[in-house]
Amino acid sequence: MATSELGADTRVDVAPRRTAWQAVKRMARRQPLGAAGGVIVLVMIIMALFADVIAPYDPTAIDYGNFTVPPGADFWLGSDQLGRDVFSRIVYGARTALFVGFVSSVVGAGAGLVLGVGSAYFGGMIDLVFQRIMDIFMSFPLIIMALAMVAIFGTGVDKVIVAITIPFIPRCARVVRSSALSVREMPYVDAARSIGYSHLRIILRHMVPNVMAPFLIMITAFVGQAILLEASLSYLGLGVQEPTPAWGLMLQGGAEEYAESAPWVAIFPGLAITLAVFGFNLFGDAVRDMLDPKLRSQ
Amino acid sequence: MHQYIVKRVVLMIPTLFGAALLVFFLMRLIPGDVCELRLAGTGATFDPEALTLCQQELGLNDPILWQFATWAGGFLVGDFGTSMWTGQPIVSEVAVRFQVSLQIALMATVFSVIIAIPMGILSAAFRNTWIDYVVRAFSIAGIAMPSFWLGILIILGLLIGSQAMYGEPWMPPINYVPVWVDPAENMAMLIWPALATGYRYSAVATRMTRSAMLEVLREDYVRTARAKGLVEHVIVNRHALKNAMLPVVTVIGIEFAFLMGGLVVTEQVFNLNGLGKLFVESVGNHDYTMTQALVMLVALIFMFTNFIVDLFYAWLDPRIRYS
Repeated sequence: MATSELGADTRVDVAPRRTAWQAVKRMARRQPLGAAGGVIVLVMIIMALFADVIAPYDPTAIDYGNFTVPPGADFWLGSDQLGRDVFSRIVYGARTALFVGFVSSVVGAGAGLVLGVGSAYFGGMIDLVFQRIMDIFMSFPLIIMALAMVAIFGTGVDKVIVAITIPFIPRCARVVRSSALSVREMPYVDAARSIGYSHLRIILRHMVPNVMAPFLIMITAFVGQAILLEASLSYLGLGVQEPTPAWGLMLQGGAEEYAESAPWVAIFPGLAITLAVFGFNLFGDAVRDMLDPKLRSQ
Repeated sequence: MHQYIVKRVVLMIPTLFGAALLVFFLMRLIPGDVCELRLAGTGATFDPEALTLCQQELGLNDPILWQFATWAGGFLVGDFGTSMWTGQPIVSEVAVRFQVSLQIALMATVFSVIIAIPMGILSAAFRNTWIDYVVRAFSIAGIAMPSFWLGILIILGLLIGSQAMYGEPWMPPINYVPVWVDPAENMAMLIWPALATGYRYSAVATRMTRSAMLEVLREDYVRTARAKGLVEHVIVNRHALKNAMLPVVTVIGIEFAFLMGGLVVTEQVFNLNGLGKLFVESVGNHDYTMTQALVMLVALIFMFTNFIVDLFYAWLDPRIRYS
């Protein structure tokens, strides 16, 4: 019994696992850049989750004996102007960056999804007014909106998330709305309406699932943008505050003054931002290629 | 066409009014006001009378709707008021910064167009070859790289490079000189930020050129051109390119508009006195009038650029008729 059970288990287990692995391999072959992005994203996530295990030093520990030590055996990527280990700060910085990136893009895109679909579904006056409001929000560059939000809410990780989320909402709403407009004309939406389903049910059960593709594309695009925005705000001193380790903040803390004598202080945090955004963008592109039927046919 | 232009301009008014409302009330949501900051700056002990006096002078104690009406009314007749922080007329404060931002935005746009269009065409024409992969990696890297970090790297490179070549470190000049006064000095200062931001925007435009070209290359008339035996580069350059330019023009337009207000971080790196820096300062100082004027300026540039882009569409594609 035991053996046959074991046999059954392995048979059941192995079959899907192989297909999953095959799917990964297939994606790697068809979307080599996307797979590379996926690997970078994975590394970032592992870095963020296991920061306390990976980082050799406390990222906030100031060491007066070791100012701007060049990269070497003791400090892999050198130490900064306060003797803090650059590598440990980058590892912990991944936590901040991914947290801000994921939360603001999921919340921002989620709110945009509901608003965009709702606007398309109700149409008429509601849609018109809603579109004008979106226009107003979109007539400012992202960074200007984020700066205004920071001025109101203040600085710190949670405030930065709010400041980044709000400008994302109209951007997602607009894209989702244009897809939802065609979904609204589908016979099944008419059918749902004729059965007498409530507006909320039609929006959530019948329309939202059909605009998932643009929604997911927006989310993946937002993560990279959010990481960049957070870094920019922190670099300006208006984002995440010391002692929280954040990549943008590391560049702010005198990276320019030390640029010549200790270039590693300026180079590695920027590299971390670039790699993270690079990874998310590559991955997002692959997701878009897979989800967008128009592009898939190519 | 005339009707369309009039209609578009009229439609801008509600959006601008909304932007004015938005910025006006957003600014007043920020805790504290300019008077508190001004008095705190003098270092004197807190004097409630001085505070009230200052607030009265600036009209901060008037009913809020009245404040909005006087500000918006002044705007309509071209009176942008004076900065609450410096007391200077806003027009003269903005003018100098506007020059700097405009020049960088123009240079960065030109730079990005020169890079983006050939690269995007190559990438689409040789899709899924190593050329395509290199171009795509280069452009995605451009989007990923924070322009302020690129700026730091450029400064670092200039310092180290000049040290190695001339024996002493060289930095871009710090004081702004208009291009018509001393073009060399002006360029020596502004070319670097233009490169740093231009690379990023070339990346956006490259990707757009690539995908637009790919779409056009699948059209029937391209197949017809191939079928009648036209050389591939003629097909790409004469038949496909023009039709692929529409979305690229949009991206470039939006990018230019963005550069006019969104250079906040790059200006910080290169220590430039542009609109972005002025914006950060005025928000920090609770300088309501200045922030409001800047936001309206940026919104106007945005809308105007979009409008020009739409008109440009009709010129590029005669099938588009606005009515």
